[in-house]
Amino acid sequence: MCGICGVLALEGPLNLPDEAPQRMIGIMRHRGPDEFGAWRDASIFLGHARLSIIDLKSGQQPMAGPRGRHWISFNGEIFNYVELARELEGLGHVFRTSSDTEVILHAYLEWGQECVDRFNGQFALAIWDRHERRLFLARDRFGIRPLFLAPHGHQLLFASEIKALAAYPGFQPVLDPGGVAEVCQYWVNIPPATPFQGVYQLPPGHTATVDSESAACGDQGWPGCLKLRRYWTPSFLPVAEDERFVSRRETEDMARQVHEKLVDAAVIRLRADVPVGAYLSGGLDSSATAALIHHHTDHRLKTFSVGFASADHDESWWQHAMARHIGTEHVTIQVDGQDIAGRFRQVVRHTETPVLRTAPAPLHALSALARSEDFKVVLTGEGADEVFVGYNIFREAKVRRFWSRQPQSTLRPRLLTRLYPYLAQSPPSFLQRFYGQGLTDTGDPLYSHRPRWRNTVAVAGFLTGQQQAARAMQDAEERLLRSLPDDFTRWGTVARAQYLEMTTFMAGYLLSSQGDRMLMGNSVEGRFPFLDHQLAEFAGTLPVSAKLRSLREKALLKLSVAEMLPENILSRPKQPYRAPDSDSFQTPAGQELVEEFLGEGSGQGEGLWNQEKVGALVRKWQAGRLSSARDNMCFMGVLSGRILEKEFGPGLEDWVQESQLDADELVWRNESSGT
Amino acid sequence: MDVKIKIREYIVENFLFGDANPLTDDAMSLLDEGIIDSVGVMELVAFLEQDFGVSVADEELIPENLDSIDNLSSFVARKQVA
Repeated sequence: MCGICGVLALEGPLNLPDEAPQRMIGIMRHRGPDEFGAWRDASIFLGHARLSIIDLKSGQQPMAGPRGRHWISFNGEIFNYVELARELEGLGHVFRTSSDTEVILHAYLEWGQECVDRFNGQFALAIWDRHERRLFLARDRFGIRPLFLAPHGHQLLFASEIKALAAYPGFQPVLDPGGVAEVCQYWVNIPPATPFQGVYQLPPGHTATVDSESAACGDQGWPGCLKLRRYWTPSFLPVAEDERFVSRRETEDMARQVHEKLVDAAVIRLRADVPVGAYLSGGLDSSATAALIHHHTDHRLKTFSVGFASADHDESWWQHAMARHIGTEHVTIQVDGQDIAGRFRQVVRHTETPVLRTAPAPLHALSALARSEDFKVVLTGEGADEVFVGYNIFREAKVRRFWSRQPQSTLRPRLLTRLYPYLAQSPPSFLQRFYGQGLTDTGDPLYSHRPRWRNTVAVAGFLTGQQQAARAMQDAEERLLRSLPDDFTRWGTVARAQYLEMTTFMAGYLLSSQGDRMLMGNSVEGRFPFLDHQLAEFAGTLPVSAKLRSLREKALLKLSVAEMLPENILSRPKQPYRAPDSDSFQTPAGQELVEEFLGEGSGQGEGLWNQEKVGALVRKWQAGRLSSARDNMCFMGVLSGRILEKEFGPGLEDWVQESQLDADELVWRNESSGT
Repeated sequence: MDVKIKIREYIVENFLFGDANPLTDDAMSLLDEGIIDSVGVMELVAFLEQDFGVSVADEELIPENLDSIDNLSSFVARKQVA
């Protein structure tokens, strides 16, 4: 796992400021502190920060292909590189290293842009073809690895993190009020947008090509010089098949197949030349992952987990129970509000977007723990809830769909209190009123996610430009609707919800703000067996009626891993991973941070946020009255938004200077150092 | 102080953080307009009980009593007379 960056000249020769490589690579040195490499020709610069995991000796990057025609800078893993290398050797390719990077180069030579269809992995990559003078960019199917782009004058900048673009001399990213409004409404930016003006993300499951000499790289929602191609999308069964009755015997047969595929997905993710550990949250998914590794490796597994001082959030008992059950060497870290607040500024530097929860912060502490135990790679249970239907948003959609057939029913909406026990305390008629909004609009493609978004939008109310925010949110919705695959309309309510959850919340928040950024912030690579695309594709061909049985979440998955797990883990009600939000800031570290970023005089004139409203929010927080989830999201959104504004604004240059590589840290590579 | 004004002030300060713009009229539904959520209703009830000395029974937790400034102020007025 690594960090990549580059600068392509779109017109004329590359005019690269001397310090650009050291600045761009240096500011993301956390992604790959083992080696720093660079290469350039007359048109392009490629940079690389390496976290050495496979072929420690000869996998250096940027790497050249045969005869130096192609050069690559690659972040990630192609887990099936061994099989691909064998296949390519059969076609006459000769390999000089045993790295997956070299396999990508040969795969590109052999299969061109379609090579990505053959990769089982998590990746963001850039390949420069010196003959065609063409840059090829690609990102993995689910968006596990990030890739950002920014046209800048006659150049195209790209990098694993926005901060590396920002470190390019003369390029100052500015927060885009519209991009921030999107996050306040949807939790995430709808690709290719980001919170910054003129900065884009390559959408998951896409490739892009750009020719040097393509002078026109206009900036109309997407840099026009980039030809975008979608090569993969999650897929599901048509509604009638998806919701058909599935017999018990058939279910058991499906569970056996899921188990086999899950084993394959986990085992292939153990490929590394360094030890592989696992996160253990105490829930089903990470317990299953850890158990799978335990059953299929010889070495004693080491597991890591985070515990909370707050009993409401703590799952230590379950984590220890599972660790004892499979006999792992288990290490934990205890986190409280002071820790969360103390690292929050650092967390926002890594997320590069406003966040509406503190939940990333404990994960930052957890990756620091893994790293301190000399682990560079961990497997986690991420993705199981999306692929095998675990989240409440799916059950909620199913209940609302059921209720919509009898909108007058007062009993049907009561099912919602089974999903959200705290709702039992809110008046039933109000419950009906809230979840009943848009109840019968079942043809609305975004049906499942409307209630969530209706709650989040309160955060956008803190922005100064309300009309602009409303327009941006509308634009984002249209962008999302345009991106839906043709099959979408044939899917049922739950499958649609799964698709939306995978492509918005999972890609844009869980895999980035809680995933890649928190792991890579401490130079740790995460691997996610449940996001193996073959497993996910297979799960998409199984009826939802087996995956979500009545309202029993992940029923099929539970059956498939039942033999490996203790009964109490299997039958445990799902506990969403959360951390104390605004309460974490009622601590010395928190008060200091709130004073700095939300206190009087902290606003930069009439900036992005409405200072009067922020003042009222802070007063309510000071009085200890931020009780609702909505108020907490507002508090976290505004606080993280303010931190982002400063760290990527006035605070940026100091940060770049501190992290810049020394000239002797950077290895310039040439043809002879290639393969 | 007029009950309605006091309720309005509370809603503006507590749920809208001082920004009265979304409250275009006193008859509008607080829930439909996203000004309060179903959990927020409980905050509102606690406020009525504390500041107006009324007590609210379970069966009174209905939109007809609580879902607009008009409904809230007539509800409080009825309770205070009773």
